[in-house]
Amino acid sequence: MAALHFHNVTLGYDRHPAVHHLNGEITRGALVAVIGPNGAGKSTLLRGIVGILKPLDGSIHLGGLDSRDIAYLPQSAEIDRSFPISVFDFVGTGLWRGAGLFGGIGKAARERILRAIASVGLNGFENRPIGTLSGGQMQRVLFARVLLQDASLIVLDEPFNAIDSKTTADLLALVKRWHAEGRTVLAALHDMEMVRNHFSETLVLARGPVAWGPTAEVLTPENLIVAMRMCEAFDDTAAACAADDIGSRAA
Amino acid sequence: MLHDALIGPFTEFEFMRRALAAVIALALAGAPIGVFLMLRRMSLVGDAMAHAILPGAAVGFLLSGLNLFAMTAGGLIAGFAVAILAGVVARSTGLKEDASLATFYLASLALGVTIVSIKGTNIDLLHVLFGNILAMDDQTLLVVAFNATITLLVLAVIYRPLVIESVDPLFLRTVSRAGGPAHLAFLALVVINLVNGFQALGTLLAVGLMILPAGIARFWSRDLTAMICIAVVAAAVSGYAGLVLSFQTRVPSGPAIILVATVLYIVSVLFGRIGGIVRQLFPGRHLEA
Repeated sequence: MAALHFHNVTLGYDRHPAVHHLNGEITRGALVAVIGPNGAGKSTLLRGIVGILKPLDGSIHLGGLDSRDIAYLPQSAEIDRSFPISVFDFVGTGLWRGAGLFGGIGKAARERILRAIASVGLNGFENRPIGTLSGGQMQRVLFARVLLQDASLIVLDEPFNAIDSKTTADLLALVKRWHAEGRTVLAALHDMEMVRNHFSETLVLARGPVAWGPTAEVLTPENLIVAMRMCEAFDDTAAACAADDIGSRAA
Repeated sequence: MLHDALIGPFTEFEFMRRALAAVIALALAGAPIGVFLMLRRMSLVGDAMAHAILPGAAVGFLLSGLNLFAMTAGGLIAGFAVAILAGVVARSTGLKEDASLATFYLASLALGVTIVSIKGTNIDLLHVLFGNILAMDDQTLLVVAFNATITLLVLAVIYRPLVIESVDPLFLRTVSRAGGPAHLAFLALVVINLVNGFQALGTLLAVGLMILPAGIARFWSRDLTAMICIAVVAAAVSGYAGLVLSFQTRVPSGPAIILVATVLYIVSVLFGRIGGIVRQLFPGRHLEA
């Protein structure tokens, strides 16, 4: 069963593609690493999946999922850390899908929030304003919120950037727990060692897909070299993509 | 003696009672809006918006003379038009909200001054610019109270998405489409409260009873609910003390209210519990953990 189906997806900005002609699917419950150099389109792809960026061409099918069944952890969350909100309330926003505009946060929900905070190792931080947290603690808070969202598809954009090894290990355990619970997890990553050891499936992205499949087969030096050679710059004078025409005719 | 100075004016004169009722209504509705304006870094947006109201009020004035009701309606229409146009332009293009608002409010201000200068005297213009809370009639007071009620009701409805949009807009976008409507509703509330304040304080100072109490609250609490309560109290106290000051001296009422709020603000900057200057200079010994 496919959780995600990419049909000739091109994503980008100002008509310039950042992800070019991606085809394929991700099975339900898969644990997929998306790797590639900076500017390869990893974040762009994830933004496309969660629906905050519309594809320039092609389509992404969510396999019957609502966009609210997706939990998304952006790379650099635009969080206003100076806003006076406590860790408890912030994590609690993860219950939006159930609570919505007016739904009450009852005793059971409070318990869930406390459990989520505890499972990322932040007991005792409930009443702290988010502005007083360190970078690693904030990342734990964001994971706690993803936990509460109880989503069947979880999209993490470089979740372990600038995070120490202890925190990384804790949060990685959480990712594996989600996988064990049958959720589909996609993560953009840079740490090849981690991908090799913990992620079963890998997509090597360099604007277009370089390779996609079981990690052991895909994560080869040759593929990585191909990905590294990708040209980052947009060509301002680029003509309309001819492959698009072929693609649409074929479709 | 103290009773005569502090309570006497209100038991003795009806216009003082009306004025007090009006400033309390303004404080209840305007201060929470001001807290959100400040937290969303839109303090000056409120100021810009206050200018945007001018042409609408001027048209109302042209059509029906110095009728506050007509001027309020005109101000609401102009303010909504500018707020919604600016919001839509900012959301549908890459332009930041403040830049798009600046364009619209400048155009609106120019239009307003043009309209007023075609007809009308300088005294009328002064009234529009600085308001007169001591000249409230029943109808105007009802409009103010009505607007304040609407504000609190709408704020209760959009509170949750508004808070989430303030702290993590991207998250709200991924879980809900309520962010955009909540933002527009909030802008509308800003306009309503500016028009409200404009009855009492005029277009130039209307934003004062929203932003100054919010700034005061920032120095006393790190909790949103507490901040809103402190801001409301600060606004009500400023309003009351400003009226007394205005009654006992020759200071006009609008500026008196804002000046009292300014004094409270300065005290808060100096002695505030959260980041006040004295607190920073003498923080006490550091803690163990």
